[in-house]
Amino acid sequence: MSDARVAVRKTYKLFIGGKFPRSESGRSYVAQEANVALASRKDVRDAVVAARAAVKGWSGATAYNRGQILYRVAEMLEGRRDQFIALGLPAAEVDEAIDRWVWYAGWSDKITQVYGGANPVAGPYFNLSSPEPTGVVGLVPPPSFLGLVSVVAPAIVTGNTVVALAAKDAPLAAVTLAEVLATSDLPGGVVNILTGDPAETAPWLAAHMDVNAIDLAGITDPTLAASLEEAAAGNLKRVVRAPLTTPDWSADPGLTRMTAFLETKTVWHPKGI
Amino acid sequence: MFEYAPAPESRAVVDINPSYGLFIDGAFVDPADGASFKTINPASEEVLSEIAEAGPADVDRAVAAARAAYDKVWSRMPGRDRAKYLYRIARIIQERGRELAVLESLDNGKPIRESRDVDIPLVAAHFFYYAGWADKLAHAGFGPAPKPLGVAAQVIPWNFPLLMLAWKIAPALAAGNTVVLKPAETTPLTALLFAEICQQADLPPGVVNIVTGAGETGRALVEHDGVDKIAFTGSTEVGKAIARAVAGSRKKVTLELGGKAANVIFEDAPIDQAVEGIVNGIFFNQGHVCCAGSRLLVQESVYEPVLASLKRRMARLRVGDPLDKNTDIGAINSAAQLERIRALSDIGGEEGAERWSPPCELPDNGFWFAPTIFTGVTQAHRIAREEIFGPVLSVLTFRTPAEAVEKANNTPYGLSAGVWTDKGSRILWMADRLRAGVVWANTFNKFDPSSPFGGYKESGYGREGGRHGLEAYLDV
Repeated sequence: MSDARVAVRKTYKLFIGGKFPRSESGRSYVAQEANVALASRKDVRDAVVAARAAVKGWSGATAYNRGQILYRVAEMLEGRRDQFIALGLPAAEVDEAIDRWVWYAGWSDKITQVYGGANPVAGPYFNLSSPEPTGVVGLVPPPSFLGLVSVVAPAIVTGNTVVALAAKDAPLAAVTLAEVLATSDLPGGVVNILTGDPAETAPWLAAHMDVNAIDLAGITDPTLAASLEEAAAGNLKRVVRAPLTTPDWSADPGLTRMTAFLETKTVWHPKGI
Repeated sequence: MFEYAPAPESRAVVDINPSYGLFIDGAFVDPADGASFKTINPASEEVLSEIAEAGPADVDRAVAAARAAYDKVWSRMPGRDRAKYLYRIARIIQERGRELAVLESLDNGKPIRESRDVDIPLVAAHFFYYAGWADKLAHAGFGPAPKPLGVAAQVIPWNFPLLMLAWKIAPALAAGNTVVLKPAETTPLTALLFAEICQQADLPPGVVNIVTGAGETGRALVEHDGVDKIAFTGSTEVGKAIARAVAGSRKKVTLELGGKAANVIFEDAPIDQAVEGIVNGIFFNQGHVCCAGSRLLVQESVYEPVLASLKRRMARLRVGDPLDKNTDIGAINSAAQLERIRALSDIGGEEGAERWSPPCELPDNGFWFAPTIFTGVTQAHRIAREEIFGPVLSVLTFRTPAEAVEKANNTPYGLSAGVWTDKGSRILWMADRLRAGVVWANTFNKFDPSSPFGGYKESGYGREGGRHGLEAYLDV
């Protein structure tokens, strides 16, 4: 009889509303040598409901509070660094992803000043433009962990909530990220992650009338990208199109992935005595 | 009630040609297939001019001219020189302001007081504002050397014909793009006069091209493979069709679409000022305003005095000749729009809301609709949900601020909103919660070239005006 310990194997499940359910369909598939939940249309709808329910609290939290929570996420990521590496990710990519998360965390209380401001109108009026989160954002992240972090963090740091469809063949880092988020004071529902086949679930997400925006970063099939954009037109979602070529996720990300999911609100008030 | 003697503005200041061609590559040209349509004065149904209708071949030609001008001239020109052309245009608009105002009122039906005091001054201000950006793009917050997009296809509505042209063309040119613009088929004349102004300013040929026509011309333009950018102002329905049409392309799109704005009156609001705001919110420009305050939400405790005061005020609105300087409400822009306003208003009555208009004599010819309010409206009524785009106000009530927010946001639109209260903290609390791109507090329907304008949700995306308005025309 061998002395080797029998390992506890993990089932990789969905992350919806801060909980880890199996797919309501009961389906699972094997990816990266693990059993992973195969999300269905109804899981997409449940995730959107959870994301919508979280909008009020998360968008209403102070920017300082959101920054604190996102920084806490980075602390937890750092603690689980080896776990990501054990999934086969290059250590350099994991480090870069953690640093990227820290970079975005700091934007929570800065983007408003950089992207908004006072407008010098020709009349006796106070006039101020401020960015606000657009609401629920659907994400189709790229398969790389750095890419995943680079689309999730900018969407939520400004106060949006998200439903992310993890890449079919590389879902484990996404679920591990969910486990980090679940233990980081991030309110349930702010980030929802569905494993499975985005080619199956993304059309439902793109057509969902209670989703405000969609990021097609991980879509490589131009025909699918076009049909998702078409579906998104049903309620005029804000769309970040699928990239033409594989993006270099290690490059300076700029502001566009934050500003794509911000609305500018302009408030007028007369001045007088 | 005061008696007013007519005070008509002279139309001698404008010289309308019997017919107009398309403005392509710096010259007026005939359309390839010779098609044309008539534009009329909606206040009299008199034909003003015969306008060329651009077909696909003409759109091709205009896009090619814009591309050539972009490649060879405009994208290579230093920003400071682009600026000087825009400043020239702004100045000519100021100098020819009365002519433009009269022409706008003739073709659109809006009161001269409004075209003279609001539309045309804002048009000049818009060109003046964006002229100054042309040589400062590196400092606009979009990186050290932001690039233009190329050829912009721009389709604009009939409610503020020249102002919408200015909102589209000024930032596009400042950022270094060239444009092909299609004015609305019922209001092409000021755009064609603007084409003359471009000639007068010696703007290089092809930088601005104007193709007149209806929906099919617009479709040919936005679906043209040679355009890099689409800017559309109009209905949400057409906006969605454009969003579908560009799916899979790399065309950058901004959309300014419909609205169903709530104008929220709290019990502590100064009632007289609020009533002026309500009237301005819904009857300005005959209610042909995408950001019109078409849903009045009145706190229950002041419902009676607000309604009484509103009706008193409405009885003094003067409906009639757009060129009369006393006129408050001019003509409805077209027979089709009048039909739509009538149909939705009839539905309002059929669904159980109570209709009221002041006694109001309307001219025999032309398209007219008396200012109208509906009371007893619920959120389920179509007149509370659909954009009427006419002088028709739906009145609803609320008890608590939370209920006001809930009702105000209960719409797929999100373009604008109004709040009337004397309490500063309540204004800010409301402003935070209203899901709309523009919130007017203790005022309404104010516009400025430096102030970003645009919608949330199904009111579209992108902003026009201010630094934000440049983003729509830069590759960022």
